[in-house]
Amino acid sequence: MSPIVGIAFGNTTSSIAYVNPKNDVDVIANPDGERTIPSVLSYVGDDEYHGGQALQQLVRNPKNTIINFRDFLGLPFSECDVSRCTAGAPAVEIDGKVGFIVSRGNGKEEKLTVDEVVSRHLNKLKLAAEDYIGQELSQTVISVPTNFTDAQKDALRAAAKKVGLEIIQLINEPSAALLAHTEAYPFEDDVNVVVADFGGVRSDAAVIAVRNGIYTLLATSHDNNLGGENLDAELVEFFAKDFEKKNKSNPRKNAKSMAKLRVNSEITKKTLSNVTTATISIDSLADGFDYHTSINRLRYELVANKVLSKFAQFIEAVITKAELDPLDIDAIVLCGGSSFTPKLSSNLEFLLPESVAVLGPQSKNASNNPNELLAYGAALQAQLLSNYDAEELAQALEPVVINTQHLKKAIGLVDAEGNFVPVLLPETSFPVKKDLTLKNVKGDVLVGVYEGDHHIKETVQEPAAKEESKAEDDDESDWSDEDDEPEVIREKHYTPGIKLMELGIKGAQGLQLSFNVNREGVLRVAARDLKSGNIVKGEL
Amino acid sequence: MISLPPLTSDINVNVNTSASKAASVRRPVEPVGRFFMHHAQRTLRNHTWSEFEKIQASQNVQRVDESVDPDEELLDDELADESLLEHDPRDWKTADLYAAMGLSKLRHKATDAQVIKAHRKQVLKHHPDKKSASGGLEQDGFFKIIQKAYETLTDPTKRKQYDSCDYNADVEPPKKGSKYDFFEAWGPVFEAESRFSKKQPVVLLGGPDASKADVEKFYNFWHRFDSWRTFEFADEEVPDDSSNRDHKRYIERKNKAARDKKKTADNARLAKLVERASNEDPRIKQFKEAEKKEKEKKKWEREAGARAEAEAKAKAEAEAKAKAEAEAAAAAGAKVDKKKAKEAAKAAKKKNKRAVRNAPKDADYFGDAEKAAAIDEQTGLIVDSVDDEQLVQLAEKVKADAKAGLAEFAKVLSDSGKLPASLLSYFL
Repeated sequence: MSPIVGIAFGNTTSSIAYVNPKNDVDVIANPDGERTIPSVLSYVGDDEYHGGQALQQLVRNPKNTIINFRDFLGLPFSECDVSRCTAGAPAVEIDGKVGFIVSRGNGKEEKLTVDEVVSRHLNKLKLAAEDYIGQELSQTVISVPTNFTDAQKDALRAAAKKVGLEIIQLINEPSAALLAHTEAYPFEDDVNVVVADFGGVRSDAAVIAVRNGIYTLLATSHDNNLGGENLDAELVEFFAKDFEKKNKSNPRKNAKSMAKLRVNSEITKKTLSNVTTATISIDSLADGFDYHTSINRLRYELVANKVLSKFAQFIEAVITKAELDPLDIDAIVLCGGSSFTPKLSSNLEFLLPESVAVLGPQSKNASNNPNELLAYGAALQAQLLSNYDAEELAQALEPVVINTQHLKKAIGLVDAEGNFVPVLLPETSFPVKKDLTLKNVKGDVLVGVYEGDHHIKETVQEPAAKEESKAEDDDESDWSDEDDEPEVIREKHYTPGIKLMELGIKGAQGLQLSFNVNREGVLRVAARDLKSGNIVKGEL
Repeated sequence: MISLPPLTSDINVNVNTSASKAASVRRPVEPVGRFFMHHAQRTLRNHTWSEFEKIQASQNVQRVDESVDPDEELLDDELADESLLEHDPRDWKTADLYAAMGLSKLRHKATDAQVIKAHRKQVLKHHPDKKSASGGLEQDGFFKIIQKAYETLTDPTKRKQYDSCDYNADVEPPKKGSKYDFFEAWGPVFEAESRFSKKQPVVLLGGPDASKADVEKFYNFWHRFDSWRTFEFADEEVPDDSSNRDHKRYIERKNKAARDKKKTADNARLAKLVERASNEDPRIKQFKEAEKKEKEKKKWEREAGARAEAEAKAKAEAEAKAKAEAEAAAAAGAKVDKKKAKEAAKAAKKKNKRAVRNAPKDADYFGDAEKAAAIDEQTGLIVDSVDDEQLVQLAEKVKADAKAGLAEFAKVLSDSGKLPASLLSYFL
């Protein structure tokens, strides 16, 4: 049986991955050796170029090079923001849908609807994968953004079917990324995670509650005008200014110069993610002048600061949208190509409380290739699905199964100090069962099960007295202005709310507590003595 | 680790039934990951937690079982033939190469991967370094044979040549004259021979219940068996580089002649084998018998028309005869009956007449004793004049009332003119 591949289909780049017979996930490289394959198609005469080769045509042959087409799929022309295609083939209206007109040599023109473009792109991906695996492919799992409409999904299914690919499941991009991340770096506990996808032309973020390995989307947010291209634009502007100053020639007037500059700036940007200094050199950028300069990372970060801070604000916004506090968030998983930028991670680390782990390429607990996470996750899901037959899968995707009840408030225990210890966090989907082993419990104990409320406690820490006395001297106090501001320490606390039940255990020698909420919402708590095996049960 | 508060009061289970938990929210979960699939399975099949855990555990056990390489079990654990250890490596061609590789069970069925695995296993065991390290003698004869075997079995051409001459894989046909089950004895023979077929898949012997078409297909296939068997491996002399060209050609020609001879002999052997099997095949005998029966049945059916005609004729004859007999009997019976009836009628007539005649006397002449002579005379006249039918009626009537009856008939007779009224004056 041929394997099922996972495809991450992006506006800027796409990736394919599959689980190889050794049970490792392989991100498949196309014949040019690209693992992230630019979603670009270019036509020169009778030839069709795809991926990196097509991307190069953006300088010489922009009118016949189709870029950024993914989001247009299945949408009427009026709803599409076609301005993002200005650098390549212009988007036109064909039958109410977005389309592109490319010339195929000898004055012949070909009209391509976006559906056709997507089909051809998927076909190229399929061929690359078949080359790599050496088997015919017929089934796939594709990741799509959370705001993809049903019409868009149907259009994608139809486009894939046209090239002989059956989409078994369309999964949400953040879930795919999280799946890939947890596969390599599993979370030990139940957590709330922000999955941030910073792509080439758009950014998406989702707040996901992970409970017992099951993901629940709490909020999603999308920004169609924030991505790696904005970073490129800042760099282009910086280089253009520099070039103009040096050569008294304006490259902005010439589209080809701008295209060259854009391509090279992108390369420079990528280099700066890995090293602290990078060069850019372009032959005959404008008016016959060559351009060569070097830039260091600090300078780049200053240049792009405005955009970088937007990324951080974007994350904060989605947390607010989920009605959570930054303290409720345990980690941020970064994916997408723009996540390579080190400043992005450090900005987030600065902005968010210390308890939030920023899991980007700079973190040791995360993948080094955030741009491959989506395909990786899709491949994992694909492999999982290969164990189930179509009927079983169809049943599993019924709303009855997918829509489940979620706890509104935490359920937990009260410990010896009277503090509430959550066992089942809010947003836990039930039916659920959770076991808790307490080995050090001895003698007669009380197991109090409560519903917990949580709130954020803000304590204002006064500046140290010593500094205060200094501050009295107004003359010297200028430099210490910042220090004078009282520091606010925010902490997350739970307080026990309604008492649900109490179990009294006598002569315990270590306890195993099992919390079980069934489909009807009935809570059962059972305490089993590890030594004697006696069980005390309560049901609500 | 959580430390629980001590138990202060005597509580066993105290459930706050009045407490209402905060209302739950219905949200979709993300349909990805194995935990979701587990959730889906539990929901769809209504498993409880403990059931589900059991299923998971059994699946895990299965997975562990599967991880054992199935090839491992097919390889020999110990050397199949201990004498191979002493075998002279210069005579490696006479050694059983499959046994040397630990593939004595698989032989020609071993895949390339299995050959490589088996070789690795044998090398680990029999490498000269290993032998000398464990204090054994520095004899690498067997190792050389293993290497030769590996060389031969991994090269497709050489392997075919070796398989052609691997007589250990042959299965001998049953001895003539001995008692054996045809299918048990011949099945493996053909299965072993089938390895030389150019055409795959090979039609195999089948069981005693095989249809006629299958059996015919089997013998057709084996009568036209196309074998790739070659006998290069059994060449007696292999020309080496040192000998001169003419000598080489001479040897080659000799080898070729020997090979052709062996090939012809082999083909003849197989043809004979198939012939013998077909002669002994109980199914063919069965089919022949069935055919014969069929023929007889057909003949029987063909003659059915004539037979039916003859039968019908005989039946008609018998029927006619029976009818004639019955008629004769009936006629004889009727004659006797008639006579009896006649006599009876006569007797009845006599009786009636007497009864009527005596009737007036019995009735004391109706009170007219003086007219007795006339009455008797007239009654006699009436009796003699009425016919048989009227006599019966008269007898009946007279029995009831003698005078009225006689008067009635006197009237009838006189009316019909059989007797003149003057003669019947008393009754009229």
